[in-house]
Amino acid sequence: MGKERTAVLGVGQTEYRSTRGDVSMAGLVREAALRALADAGVGWADIDAVVIGKAPDFFEGVMMPELYLADALGCAGKPILRVHTAGSVGGSTALVATSLVQAGVHRRVLTLGFEKQSESNATWALSLPQPFSVSINAGAGGYFSPIIRQYMARSGAPDLIGCMVAFKDRQHALRNPHAHLHQADLTFDQVVEAPMLWDPIRYSETCPSSDGACAMVLGDEAAGDASPNPVAWVHGTAMRSEANNFPGRDEVSPQASRDCAADVFRQAGITDPRAEIDAVEMYVPFSWYEPMWLESLGFAEHDQGWRMVEEGATHLDGGDLPVNCSGGVLSSNPIGASGMIRFAEAALQVRGMAGEHQVDGARRAFGHAYGGGAQYFAMWVVGADKP
Amino acid sequence: MREVAVVATASRQVPVLTGTTEVQLMVPLIESARAAVGLTQEDIGFTCSGSSDFLAGQAFSFVHTLDAVGAVPPISESHVEMDGAFALYEAWVKLQIGEVDTALVYSYGKSSPGSLRDVLALQLDPYYLAPLWPPADAVAALQARLLLESGAASPEELAGIAVRSQHHAAANPNAVRSSTDVTVGDVLAEAPVADPLRPSDLAAEADGGCAVVLAAGDRASDLCERPAWIRGIDHRIDAHALGVRDLTRAPSAALAASRAGAGGDRLDLVELHSPTTSQEAILVREIGLDDTTVVNPSGGALAGCTLMAAGLMRIAEAADRITGGTADRALAHATSGPCLQQNLVCVLEGA
Amino acid sequence: MSAEPDGGAGEVRLPPSLEGVERVQSVRTPIRLEYDYRPSAAAESYLRAYEDRRIIGHRSPVDGAVFIPPRGVDPRHGTATTDEVELPDTGHVGNFCVTHLPIPGRKDLELPYVSAWIHLDGAAVGFLGLVRGCATDEVRIGMRVRAVWKPDDELGATAENILHWEPTGEPDVPVEWAGNRAFLRGQAGLEDGADDEATDA
Repeated sequence: MGKERTAVLGVGQTEYRSTRGDVSMAGLVREAALRALADAGVGWADIDAVVIGKAPDFFEGVMMPELYLADALGCAGKPILRVHTAGSVGGSTALVATSLVQAGVHRRVLTLGFEKQSESNATWALSLPQPFSVSINAGAGGYFSPIIRQYMARSGAPDLIGCMVAFKDRQHALRNPHAHLHQADLTFDQVVEAPMLWDPIRYSETCPSSDGACAMVLGDEAAGDASPNPVAWVHGTAMRSEANNFPGRDEVSPQASRDCAADVFRQAGITDPRAEIDAVEMYVPFSWYEPMWLESLGFAEHDQGWRMVEEGATHLDGGDLPVNCSGGVLSSNPIGASGMIRFAEAALQVRGMAGEHQVDGARRAFGHAYGGGAQYFAMWVVGADKP
Repeated sequence: MREVAVVATASRQVPVLTGTTEVQLMVPLIESARAAVGLTQEDIGFTCSGSSDFLAGQAFSFVHTLDAVGAVPPISESHVEMDGAFALYEAWVKLQIGEVDTALVYSYGKSSPGSLRDVLALQLDPYYLAPLWPPADAVAALQARLLLESGAASPEELAGIAVRSQHHAAANPNAVRSSTDVTVGDVLAEAPVADPLRPSDLAAEADGGCAVVLAAGDRASDLCERPAWIRGIDHRIDAHALGVRDLTRAPSAALAASRAGAGGDRLDLVELHSPTTSQEAILVREIGLDDTTVVNPSGGALAGCTLMAAGLMRIAEAADRITGGTADRALAHATSGPCLQQNLVCVLEGA
Repeated sequence: MSAEPDGGAGEVRLPPSLEGVERVQSVRTPIRLEYDYRPSAAAESYLRAYEDRRIIGHRSPVDGAVFIPPRGVDPRHGTATTDEVELPDTGHVGNFCVTHLPIPGRKDLELPYVSAWIHLDGAAVGFLGLVRGCATDEVRIGMRVRAVWKPDDELGATAENILHWEPTGEPDVPVEWAGNRAFLRGQAGLEDGADDEATDA
């Protein structure tokens, strides 16, 4: 028995906004699901199973909300799985759904990631008083800023590389109607002059907090062949995790990141990622992570990732490796969906359905998500052609 | 489908875990399950776990517990915010793809620092039900009341289920409530907690954890003299809104059992994850068990229910009896959500 | 296969009795849960030691790496650790963050403040602490620091006994051996202390 070929048949995204007060949690996930079903040209009855992911339950204050959301997602009588792998969850959720098709267990699977951060207080959820420890880190930026500092020291990158990434992604976002931040008048100087939050991370270099959901319909080879719209074929999938804090850990380029990338590119038969990948959607919640991941994933040589940013190689206009044409996490961040948006946007690129942020002629694209203390990774490669 | 088996298990359950964190609980269990079949983490192809942030009172709580596995060098790994039985299902799917031959599954729950009956209220519809904070036992009592009124079960039958659990549990070191001499009369004499449910009708809350090693095909036979082959596994969910369901039924349990192949040959035993005696009565009916099957030889979840691990422990209990040669065919069940909303059924065989 | 997703965009009509009534925009449903945590045996020892201005770590049985705070496990191997080791209250800054945002519940902190991974001499991993006693732009990776403790009569069973960390003025630990790399230096057979191996700051 072989691995069943798997295709992305449909993608559905909500508008990402700071507050989606017009819908409940159920309405939010249903909006994304219905759009994915419509794109795939299927109805609820064609869906065999649902795989849903989101970040910590404390973000909405609902314990295992998939139990309640089962009704809105047409799950009665079907299987539903709930994935949670920290920030990488949107990616891992898509990969669990993929595995259900690859294993031949189901023919069509609906997968969905969401977050409705406006319904609760994410800062509260992340700073629940923890017993027996001293609380001195304000938010995720406090955790990641030292790692960025280490990258800057080690690579000799100029100070403004992070601002260049942030400005590029906000420009990209103007071409994505779903994006949360649409800052048409933003100038590079404004990015640079924004207040420093966690030195060296400026406010302008951080991701927003968004409400939103992203869904995909995945199908087996027969379903892919029969789908009305172009499909994206899955060429490789990989997940890796490593411990958070141990001696010898490379925090800038964790081994789990490097192993995961090597695995997914091997599956896709890719030996020169920069030359062979046409579009990249990577998880960049803080701007500096773009050059860091470019190196870790093998798109750039060690300590050279920042040069790609400086040269404009990752820009949709004129770059040879456009990164985050959707605007990325820096422009939309419904946490539990953020990873799946990367995977879905990669699929849209090779389907030729990315609209104004389409990379011309994209045939193979890379989707990426990470989470925890940069210790959980999920990646896939999708292509316009059958693997 | 590819033949996949449970080849090793390790469980621990206590009324209240003190002096030990979740990660410290899991270190010896994971080590013991792997060592039982001579594996180290580097031999494991895929790892999957289940747990709940709401039990730990901490976001991303599972990140700490990863330390119990030894994820250096990095591992291929996933986590579900579900009972470990569903983590086992994800691992089983991964093994079906055929790229890896072994998997480690674990889950744990330490509910004792909080109030479980209140925490579980937050599983309900966040707009209409959760704001009313109905305790978990009160929600289950609505279902039990309907069951009794429908005539599908009598108070004596429910008490009989409680008594059987406690008697069986006397031989289970991981049970937290057992008795060799409790009677139906004793149970019926208890004051109700949430009428009509009495203390013995409600699963005994516990802290604990469970680790299981899965292996596929020849690898399973190499690792274990008598693997517990997973001949069928399926899970289904029913609607959430209590008002749209016939609470005396659990169609998702019947469907999962049917799809897992529960019918057919005689089942020597079943291990049911039933948070109340009334739910056990519903499950027995939905799965279609007759009198020849031993129900919950371990005492079942009624004798000790670790939220997030109770389902995986049922699979481990059933698998142990097959591996140990005292059963040839067994069924294990896991549930999640209010009133048996979501159900998983796993059919295991010795040959 | 059905062509259209069913149940999608049906128009919702309000009953006549609700027409013209102000819309409900949101509902507020406060959640309060109480958790009663008890420290593990490892945390108990760790916190008790603070009462005597002592810092306790756990030594791994695998290769002697010392982990702090002690959590009863070596995360590299999933191996239980029980061997307590007393660590000095001196070390170096493995890495740091200059934060310009207040922390909820910490009104005592002047902005910006420096939080740092403090790598105690002899420890294999760092733990978090505040760095004070120098300008924020003087803090650097590899800077040697020592603990500043609360006065004796204010000591309790808490990590908060260490108010912050201040520079010792000793030569820095070289950047390539700072932080999580310090332990590898020891394994490579090099001297682990900072005194004789440090480069000029």
